[in-house]
Amino acid sequence: ASAPARLSSEDKVTVHFITRDGDKLTAQGKVGDSLLDVVVDNNLDIDGFGACEGTLACSTCHLIFEDHIFEKLDAITDEELDMLDLAYGLTETSRLGCQICLQKSMNNMVVRVPETVADVRQSIDIGKNP
Amino acid sequence: TGIKRLLSTDELGPRICIVGSGPAGFYTAQHLLKHHRLAEVDIYEKLPVPFGLVRFGVAPDHPEVKNVINTFTQTARSDRCSYYGNVTVGKDITVKELQKAYHAVILSYGAEDNRTLGIPGEDLAGVYTARAFVGWYNGLPENRDLKPDLSSETAVILGHGNVALDVARILLSPLEILRKTDITEDSLAVLARSKVKRVRLIGRRGPLQAAFTIKELREMINLPSVRPLLDPADFKGLGDAIRDVPRPRRRLTELMVKTALEEPGEEVAGRWASASREWSLKFLRSPLEVLPATDGKRARAIRMAVTRLEGSGETAKAVPTGEVEDVLCGLILSSIGYRSLPVDPAVPFDSKQGIIPNSSGRVLGAPGLYCSGWVKRGPVGVIITTMNDSFDTAQSVLEDLQSGALDVSKAKGGFELVRSVLKSRGICPVSFSDWEKIDAAEMARGKLGGKPREKIVDPQEMLQLIGR
Ligand SMILES: Cc1cc2nc3c(=O)[nH]c(=O)nc-3n(C[C@H](O)[C@H](O)[C@H](O)COP(=O)(O)OP(=O)(O)OC[C@H]3O[C@@H](n4cnc5c(N)ncnc54)[C@H](O)[C@@H]3O)c2cc1C
Ligand code: FES
Repeated sequence: ASAPARLSSEDKVTVHFITRDGDKLTAQGKVGDSLLDVVVDNNLDIDGFGACEGTLACSTCHLIFEDHIFEKLDAITDEELDMLDLAYGLTETSRLGCQICLQKSMNNMVVRVPETVADVRQSIDIGKNP
Repeated sequence: TGIKRLLSTDELGPRICIVGSGPAGFYTAQHLLKHHRLAEVDIYEKLPVPFGLVRFGVAPDHPEVKNVINTFTQTARSDRCSYYGNVTVGKDITVKELQKAYHAVILSYGAEDNRTLGIPGEDLAGVYTARAFVGWYNGLPENRDLKPDLSSETAVILGHGNVALDVARILLSPLEILRKTDITEDSLAVLARSKVKRVRLIGRRGPLQAAFTIKELREMINLPSVRPLLDPADFKGLGDAIRDVPRPRRRLTELMVKTALEEPGEEVAGRWASASREWSLKFLRSPLEVLPATDGKRARAIRMAVTRLEGSGETAKAVPTGEVEDVLCGLILSSIGYRSLPVDPAVPFDSKQGIIPNSSGRVLGAPGLYCSGWVKRGPVGVIITTMNDSFDTAQSVLEDLQSGALDVSKAKGGFELVRSVLKSRGICPVSFSDWEKIDAAEMARGKLGGKPREKIVDPQEMLQLIGR
């Protein structure tokens, strides 16, 4: 394997995730990384995200995009639409994060993690951050 | 440090027991461990090996669905999680005994039985439940000797759900595709001699009530060397009916309509013309009786009542018109659903709905008892449905811990206590590292045959392998 290419800050794209609890998680990825890569590589805490590991078999990577970003995303395949059909809280600007790759123009975009049925309830953490 | 804190006696965490190691068991455990710093979770499983229907249900040609096993494995490897396989709750140990040893007991034992047709001839040779057939090709120990008779050219599958499509795909797929999956060697040998050319999927209701999802349908339509045969008459005029239905139903119906009514492109048309096998969907037929061959032992045909729909949409009912129709076939697979069973008389059970009665996973009238997965909700939904539902149950447990509804002031014996009970009954559990040895052996065997895994189908052999 070749050594990882050194990245200038220009190759990095910053993404803000709004979690189900309304928190903002900010992370960076390289151009060409998928949003699933960004979540996994940065260890972002999103319950159940990416269950099938990017193989278009689960829809847990469902994300909601801003209109102006959504319009410029690559065309969606039938297979992605098929999985999106099973996603909770589908919106007009929903896509599957494992199918969306970072481009420079996405720098500082905001994506929202949709609610699931279980989230109607207030989340509890017992003894977190002792 | 965190570890010292964990071990100090004034801070003993709740000890929680989960029954069943399918997606419900593992997702419930995952959520509890993540959101409670001190909780200790023990998972008990009837079989030596974990993962429930992910291993024994999900079709071998869907390896990507099984990726969830990686996350389950991480959970099992947590310091605060233990796996005890080869322990049948309700038989080797009672739920009462588990409640003595744990602060909370969560029942996640799935739906192990199937619904039966309840028609004459159901026991004839050549009639199988989809559950047994799926168990057979996936190496479920109890079904390993099924040896289904595939000498009939026509197979009928009763049911229009995803399991029905899984079974159809396994019967129709070219062998070279299946050979690269973790389907068992024995099944492959039987499928290699299969005479099945035609699979008819028969449902009681219409196209707008089909229960399969679009991904699985598209896969059937694109299956190499196989042609779909949809009767245009079933789909004409449906375009109008679906204008206002939710998107998943609309897209699913559009795909059926397109396949049935539109001229395929040249390439697809050529592929279908040269296909050696075919499948079809038949609607508005309800099984009445399996008819025997002249020997009186084997199935020869199935008699169906022609039905019509009363009402519309998802809740439409099929009522018989009085007309009957026979479909000739020597192989019949009933895929009309799974069913949960009561596991222990101490646990309330709603035998009509086939679930443990509960509110957000809290078993009604039984404080300290919870349920998740198919036994909580009924045998429907994909793994992700089960995940959400398990997180919901875990939330209930966390709420009850916080509110004090779950009393954790008294220390509980946990597995130490259970171990001694099991020992007195001659039961020796299988640990997760034992499973990892079995896993490695299966993958090594698979490699020899050019497949990801060769499952061991005999529990005795599994136990031998780990030195029992
Ligand atoms: C044939 C088939 C194919 C499927 N394919 C897909 C698919 O491709 N994609 C998808 O998303 N979903 C699929 N599903 C759905 C998915 O498998 C379920 O949503 C999920 O497995 C339900 O999880 P569960 O944990 O409730 O039950 P299970 O997975 O059944 O787990 C229950 C576990 O409890 C154990 N157990 C039972 N009784 C006892 C006892 N007395 N003591 C101890 N342990 C016990 C069982 O051995 C089992 O390991 C499929 C289902 C079937 C039936
Ligand atoms: S991670 Fe499963 S579909 Fe994207």
